[in-house]
Amino acid sequence: MEKIEILEGRQRQVFEKQEGQGALDMACETTSLSGSVSQRACVFCGSRVVLYPVADALHIVHGPIGCAAYTWDIRGAVSSGPELHRMSFSTDLKEMDVIYGGEKKLYKSLIELIDQYQPKAAFIYSTCIIGLIGDDIDAVCKKVAQEKGIPVLPVHSEGFKGTKKDGYKAACDALMKVVGTGSTEGIGKYSINILGEFNLAGEAWIIKRYYEEMGIEVVATMTGDGRVDDIRRSHGASLNIVQCSGSMVKLAKEMESKYGIPYLRVSYFGIEDMSKALYDVAKHFSDRPEIMDAAKALVKREVSSLYPELQKFRKELEGKKAAIYVGGAFKAFSLIKALGSVGMSVVLAGSQTGNKDDYEGLREMCDEGTVIVDDSNPVELSKFVLEKEADLLIGGVKERPIAYKLGIGFCDHNHERKIPLAGFEGMYNFIKEVYNSVMSPVWQFAPRKGGLS
Amino acid sequence: MLLRHTKDEVMEREALTINPAKTCQPIGAMYAALGIHGCLPHSHGSQGCCSYHRSTLTRHYKEPVMAATSSFTEGASVFGGQANLVTAIDNIFTVYEPDIIAVHSTCLSETIGDDLQQIATKAKDDGKVPEGKYVIYAPTPSFVGSHVTGYGNMVQAMAEQFAVSTGETLDQVNIAAGWMEPSDMREIKRIAKEMEVTVRMFPDTSDVLDAPQTGKHVFYPKGGITIPELKSTGDSKFTVALGCFSGEPGGVALEKKCKVPFQTEDLPIGLRATDRFLMTLSKAAGVKIPQSITDERGRLLDVMTDMEQYFSGKKVALFGDPDHLIPLTEFLVDLNMKPVHIVSGTPGKRFEQRMKAILEDTVPEANVKNGPQADMFLLHQWIKNEPVDLLIGNTYGKYIARDEDIPFVRFGFPIVDRIGHSYFPSVGYMGGLRLVEKILGVLMDRQDRDAPEESFELVM
Repeated sequence: MEKIEILEGRQRQVFEKQEGQGALDMACETTSLSGSVSQRACVFCGSRVVLYPVADALHIVHGPIGCAAYTWDIRGAVSSGPELHRMSFSTDLKEMDVIYGGEKKLYKSLIELIDQYQPKAAFIYSTCIIGLIGDDIDAVCKKVAQEKGIPVLPVHSEGFKGTKKDGYKAACDALMKVVGTGSTEGIGKYSINILGEFNLAGEAWIIKRYYEEMGIEVVATMTGDGRVDDIRRSHGASLNIVQCSGSMVKLAKEMESKYGIPYLRVSYFGIEDMSKALYDVAKHFSDRPEIMDAAKALVKREVSSLYPELQKFRKELEGKKAAIYVGGAFKAFSLIKALGSVGMSVVLAGSQTGNKDDYEGLREMCDEGTVIVDDSNPVELSKFVLEKEADLLIGGVKERPIAYKLGIGFCDHNHERKIPLAGFEGMYNFIKEVYNSVMSPVWQFAPRKGGLS
Repeated sequence: MLLRHTKDEVMEREALTINPAKTCQPIGAMYAALGIHGCLPHSHGSQGCCSYHRSTLTRHYKEPVMAATSSFTEGASVFGGQANLVTAIDNIFTVYEPDIIAVHSTCLSETIGDDLQQIATKAKDDGKVPEGKYVIYAPTPSFVGSHVTGYGNMVQAMAEQFAVSTGETLDQVNIAAGWMEPSDMREIKRIAKEMEVTVRMFPDTSDVLDAPQTGKHVFYPKGGITIPELKSTGDSKFTVALGCFSGEPGGVALEKKCKVPFQTEDLPIGLRATDRFLMTLSKAAGVKIPQSITDERGRLLDVMTDMEQYFSGKKVALFGDPDHLIPLTEFLVDLNMKPVHIVSGTPGKRFEQRMKAILEDTVPEANVKNGPQADMFLLHQWIKNEPVDLLIGNTYGKYIARDEDIPFVRFGFPIVDRIGHSYFPSVGYMGGLRLVEKILGVLMDRQDRDAPEESFELVM
C-alpha cells in the first residue's frame, strides 16, 4: 500500500502499541495544527452540546447567524416536557453591530424572548467575535436577570479560545451559577445527581430507572432532559455520578469543594461498565445493604436475558476488527470492553479530546499493534482502517461516509444515534447495530478496501 | 407539538432571529470551492466553523467533505491570522497535495482585519505555493448576507483569479453556475451536450459530491472544473450566469476582467425559466434547440396540462434561497397554484422586485419577506393566520409541516433527512417533471389519507 505521510508535527499524536514500549508521550490537549483537516470542533460547540438539553431554558447564540444555524436541533437530546431547547435563537449580528457593538441587540432579544416564552433561565453563548467587538455580555446578563427575575447566564464560549474541552468548562461555569440557588428540602440521604448524561435517544431515562429501582433518588440529570429547578437544588444530593470523559468532571469537582458532594466517574456502555456504575453507587451507600442487593438483582436479571442474545451475535462477530474514533477517550474504554464481549478486537482507538492519562489507559487496554491517535483526520483514519483491515468504524457524522466509501460497516456513537446505546438494553442495541452493519449483504457489492488514492 | 410556543399573533421583533431561513457565508464558499477539481477548501477561522460546515454538507450529501482550517487560537486573534494561514498553506500542500487551496474568511478573521489577498501573496513570495499550484481567496464575513452571498463570492473569486484572456475567442460558452445540486449541474451539462454546445461550467460539483462507492476514500474525486478549463473561461464567447444572487458575480467578474459578455438568467427551474435559459444558451452558442429537448418540454407541458385540476388554487408556503424561490414561484403560478407566503433569510432588493413582478397580477395578497427577521418563525405565524395546502423548503420545514399537518416537499439546502436531491435534478424540463411529480405525490397522498371511505378513489 501507498505510504501516507503523517502531517509533520503530528508524529507525537499517533502511536502504535508495541512490545516493551514505555508510557506514551502523547502530545494531546493542544489546538490542531493550522492546515489540518481536523475532525474537531470549537469551544462554542463544547458549551452548546453540554447545555443544549436543558429543555426549559432559553438558549441564545450571540453572534452572526451561522453558529445558531448549525446547532439548531442537531442533537437527539430528548425531553419529557418542554422543548424550548429545540428552537434556534440568534442575535444574528450584522456589519453595523460589529462596528458599534451588539449589546443593545442582545438586550432587546433577551427581553423579547423572556416575555414571549417565560423560560426558567437563559444561557447566552458568546461566539468568536463577541470578545473582539467589546460586548460586555456579563453586564447585559446581570441587567436582564435583575429586570426579569430569572438566572441569565453568560457562557464564555468564543470559538478560538481553546478546544472543545474549554467549552465544557465554560458550560460548567454557567451551570455552577445555577446550582445551589434552590431549596434542598425533602431530598433524602440516598440521593444522586447524574452528570454528563445527555439523554440522547432517551438514555438518561434508562439510567435513572436503574438507580430508582435500587432505591436511589435522582435529584437532577445534567443535562439530559434537564430542568432548571432540578439543577438549582442539585446541591442537596449526596453523590454525583459523572459520565463522559471531560465534559462535567469540572462541575463535579466544584460541587465537591463547595458543597462537599463526592463524585464517582462511570460509564454506562457495555455490560461490565454499566454493572460497575450501579455497584459503585451501591458501595457508596453501604450503610444500606438493600441498595447493593437491589443492584445485584437488577444486574443478574438484565445480564441473564442479555447474555444469550449476545452469544448469538458473537458467533459471527468473533474475530472482526473495529476502529474507534470518538469525542471523549473515556467512551473509547467502554467501547473496547463492549466489543470484546462479542469477540471483536480494536485496531485503532482515538479521540478528539483525550488527555495523557486517557491515552495511557487506552494503551494498557489494547492489543499490540493497535494504533492510538489524538485529534485525527480523514487521511490518517482511512490509512489505518485499510492497513489494519478494520471491519467497522465507530465515530460521528463526518466519519460515517468515510467508512462507507471504504466499504466497511459503521456505527454512530455520537449525536446521531437513533436508538439508546447506554444501559443493558443499550448494549443489546449497540451490538445489534454493529452486527447489522458489519454483516450486511451490501458489502459483497462494494469493492472493499480498494486502497487509498 | 414541537413548535407549540409559536403563537399566531405576529410578533414584532427588532433584534432577534428565530429559527433562521439561512446560514452564514463561509459554507457557501466551501460548497462552491468543492466544484473545482483537486481543490481543498480552507476556512480561515476557528476550528468549529470548518467542522460545522463539513458536518452540514456531509449530512446533506452523505459524502465525505474535505476542508482544512487555520485553527485560530487566542494568539492569532490578537496578532492576526497571517502566520496561521501561511503555515496552513505550507502544511496543506505538503501533506494533502491539492492543486488549489480555496481560502475563505470567517467573521473572526474579518473582524481581526486579516487581508486574504496580502496573505496569499506572502505565502507565494515565501515559496509556500509549489510550482503549478494555486491559492485563491474570497472574503466571506458571516455578518454580511448569507450562505448564498458566500457562494457568490467564491464564484466571483474563481473567475477573477483564474480567467485569462489570450486574445483568442474559443467556441465555448461559460456557465457561471448558481447554487444547485450536483444532479442539477450534471443535467445542465447533459442539456448542453444534447445541444452540441461546449460549456465551461463553474463551479461543477457533479462527480464530487455524488461520487460512486469504489472502496476508496478519494480526497479529490474526479469531478469539478479543471484549472485549464477555468483559465479558458476568459476566452469564451459568452457567459450565461445562472441566478442573480449566486451565479451573476461570476459573469460580472468575467466581463470586467476578460470582456466576456454575459447575461444573467434564473436557475432553470420550471417551464418558463428553462425556456429562457435554453433560448439564451442557443443564441450565445449559435445553435438550434434540438428536437430531443423540445420533446422533453412537451412531456413536461403534457403533465402540467393533464394534472392541471389538481394544482388549481392550491395555496403554497415556500422558503429558502432567492435564486431557487424566484423561478419556483413563477413555476407554481404557472401551475395555477397560489404561493401565499414566501420567506428567504437572504437579503437583497432584487428578490423583492422579482417577486413583485411575478405575483402582483396573480397573487397580489402574497406575504413576501427576505432579509432580517425573515425566518421560519415568521413563516409559521403567517401559516397559522392563513393556512396552506403545501409547504416547500429545506428540511427545517418539517417542524411546521408536522405541527400544522401540511403536505411537504423538500427542496433547497440543506436536506438532511432524505436522499435524492444529489441524484435527481430539479432543473431543466426533466427537473420540472420531477418537481411536478413530487408536488402531486404529496397532494394526492393527502387526499387519499383524508378522504372519507365513500369518496376514496382508485383512479385519480
